Amino acid sequence: MENKRISSVQELLSGDEAVARGAWEAGLRVACAYPGTPSTEILETLAGFKDVDAQWSVNEKVAFEVALGSAIAGGRSLYASKHVGLNVAMDPLMTASYTGVNAGFVAVVCDDPGLASSQNEQDTRWVGPYAKLPLLEPASPAEAYLFIKEAFAISERFDTPVLFRMTTRVAHSKENVAVGARQDIALRPFEVNIPKYVMVPRNAYQKHSVIEKRLLALAAFSENTPLNKIEKGSAKLGFITSGIPYQYLKETYPDASFLKLGFTYPYCDKKIARFAHLVRELVVVEELDPIIQEHVRSLGIKARAKHPTFGIGELLPEHMEQIYKGAKKKELPSSARKPVLCPGCPHRFVFSVLKRNKAIVAGDIGCYTLAATPPLSTLHTCLCMGSSITIHEGFRRIMPNGKIVGVLGDSTFVHSGITGLINAVYNRMKGLIIILDNSTTAMTGGQNNPATGRTIRNEPTKQLSIEAVCTACGADNVDVVDPKNLSQLDALVKQRLAADALSVIIARRPCKLVDRNRLPMPDYDRVKCKTCGLCFNLDCPALVKTEDGHVDINAALCAGCYLCVDTCPADALKRPA
Amino acid sequence: MMRKKTSSASSVDRIWNVFFCGTGGQGVLTAAEICAVAAMNAGYHVKKSEVHGMAQRGGSVESHVRFGPRIFSPLIQPGTADFIVCFHEGEGNRQATYLRNGGTTFVPFLKDPAFMPQDRHFLNTAFLGVLSALAPIPGESWLAALSQQLKRSLAENQAAFAQGRKAGFAYAGRTGGR
Repeated sequence: MENKRISSVQELLSGDEAVARGAWEAGLRVACAYPGTPSTEILETLAGFKDVDAQWSVNEKVAFEVALGSAIAGGRSLYASKHVGLNVAMDPLMTASYTGVNAGFVAVVCDDPGLASSQNEQDTRWVGPYAKLPLLEPASPAEAYLFIKEAFAISERFDTPVLFRMTTRVAHSKENVAVGARQDIALRPFEVNIPKYVMVPRNAYQKHSVIEKRLLALAAFSENTPLNKIEKGSAKLGFITSGIPYQYLKETYPDASFLKLGFTYPYCDKKIARFAHLVRELVVVEELDPIIQEHVRSLGIKARAKHPTFGIGELLPEHMEQIYKGAKKKELPSSARKPVLCPGCPHRFVFSVLKRNKAIVAGDIGCYTLAATPPLSTLHTCLCMGSSITIHEGFRRIMPNGKIVGVLGDSTFVHSGITGLINAVYNRMKGLIIILDNSTTAMTGGQNNPATGRTIRNEPTKQLSIEAVCTACGADNVDVVDPKNLSQLDALVKQRLAADALSVIIARRPCKLVDRNRLPMPDYDRVKCKTCGLCFNLDCPALVKTEDGHVDINAALCAGCYLCVDTCPADALKRPA
Repeated sequence: MMRKKTSSASSVDRIWNVFFCGTGGQGVLTAAEICAVAAMNAGYHVKKSEVHGMAQRGGSVESHVRFGPRIFSPLIQPGTADFIVCFHEGEGNRQATYLRNGGTTFVPFLKDPAFMPQDRHFLNTAFLGVLSALAPIPGESWLAALSQQLKRSLAENQAAFAQGRKAGFAYAGRTGGR
């Protein structure tokens, strides 16, 4: 009985924490990231290790470049982001493939199949062949811990950045991991090597053939590494798989044979062919895009694969039998409670004003994207980080007299809103941008950013003044207001929308998850209430509609922000005496 | 509501599935974490799945904890949960399809004063106490997990846990559980 249990000393680690722990043990020196679900906890964990120089970078491009610079200078380094974050870092990534590294450099990228907290469902595995880089794919936290150490070794052995791809289900599931001590890895000397590190056409042309040779060497490695593992089971049925579906298949078909790809790219063609010969029925099961499937078929190997409907959304353990049968995915309507802005959230004040003024709102990435959900429905576009200001500009070029407002958060503004603001000024654009400054990076759990004046370790640093930046960019009007002062905000929005100027309003009030002070809930006069429903349009979770349309305030949730009081036309909701 | 009697030998041999659910802010993730650490303290292989980010803003929150000799999937399949530990009746009912035949849902406990702590803030630890009386994890593993995981109000949480544990044993006695 006892031998079935695990006896060594363990820690319960998420995939993110396991990557951080493994990287630290592998002698990591520098780590950079911009927060993004589900990758955020990698840097948060690394910041807890004193011998790692960890930072929240301004954005992913910056993070990638700083970390790569450290690797070229001779220290092992790591970049982490979510899938869409890598898009921001693609420019340095594509050419980092050419320069190679010196000390090991790993780019950890977390995809979000099922869009738990993302704006798209892109599959980062395509980046391996696109950037000609090796790609590792752990299927559990314990594997993430082991694989990240391998990733650094591969990076140094082949002089290449290594892509390390996880998904939400690996990053955010936890498992016992047997941890070890930190390795003492000496800094590598930096030697001036202009043909290697200066990517001008002549040098890059030479390097292109170097990286094609590197791909061949990596493909040979892929054939022999235990990261790509054949598990012999029944000769009747074999699965080729990678990542989390491996776990679901092992549970559903414990007797089958498996080729589990952990070093997914470059592919192990010979191993794939050998495995195909071992089994009578071959099935490829992978999450999101049919990448392995298409490659296996390109080798002339017959393999069944999932119906294309399973390429949308996250795979679940209960899908495995349907996938094996080749069935179509049955979409079930979700009855899950939708996320909403927190009670007392300062963003709700701003959106109530914008709703009242019937503005078209170009939104951005952050908690405030939740303003798009009914009944608030006051956010009309959301694309990518920083796009509010630029989409706002595009709208105004077609609808010059429209009530168009660009709305974004403080961290998003610093990430990639500033360039859009300079563009608007430079190209003589007028309009209104509202920066929701809640003094944190709220949606990802409250990380510091340049505007908070605190580092990842909460140490004081120079605080970026958003108003000074906006003024320096050339905005005609820059106002800082407290959104809780609803009438002042409303008057200012009306004035700025009517003006022939480029205006920025900074609506500054701390996130309710930072400033947890609460005031008593409002008094409600049932007789005065006309059941007009205006308060319910605020989408506050603390306001519950009774069957007869009256208000029932949830005392446990109410933060005492009194936005409903200021919204009620009948004086039925009042500040408590 | 009835649970099959399980001997201690077979209970460490098989996989146990505990499904936690509620809404954002109810301590769903904390409870699941404590359960997972308790199972790890007891020497099991544990996998736990959770949600972060947007889903937490007052929306539905669920966390799956699985423990046993070896776990592959971090997710529980519908119809296989031994326990549905819910802190919100609507969410508990919504997730009822996860319960196996003979499994235990905590929905009735939400309406029974014997199971409810005086201060609702400690509902999650009280229900962990109930769970501790029904799941094959020794009491000392739970207590260690509580003090490892809770930084604030440890004494209040321990009291709520103890009350829930007592109610859980009384319930197990009535229904023929452990």
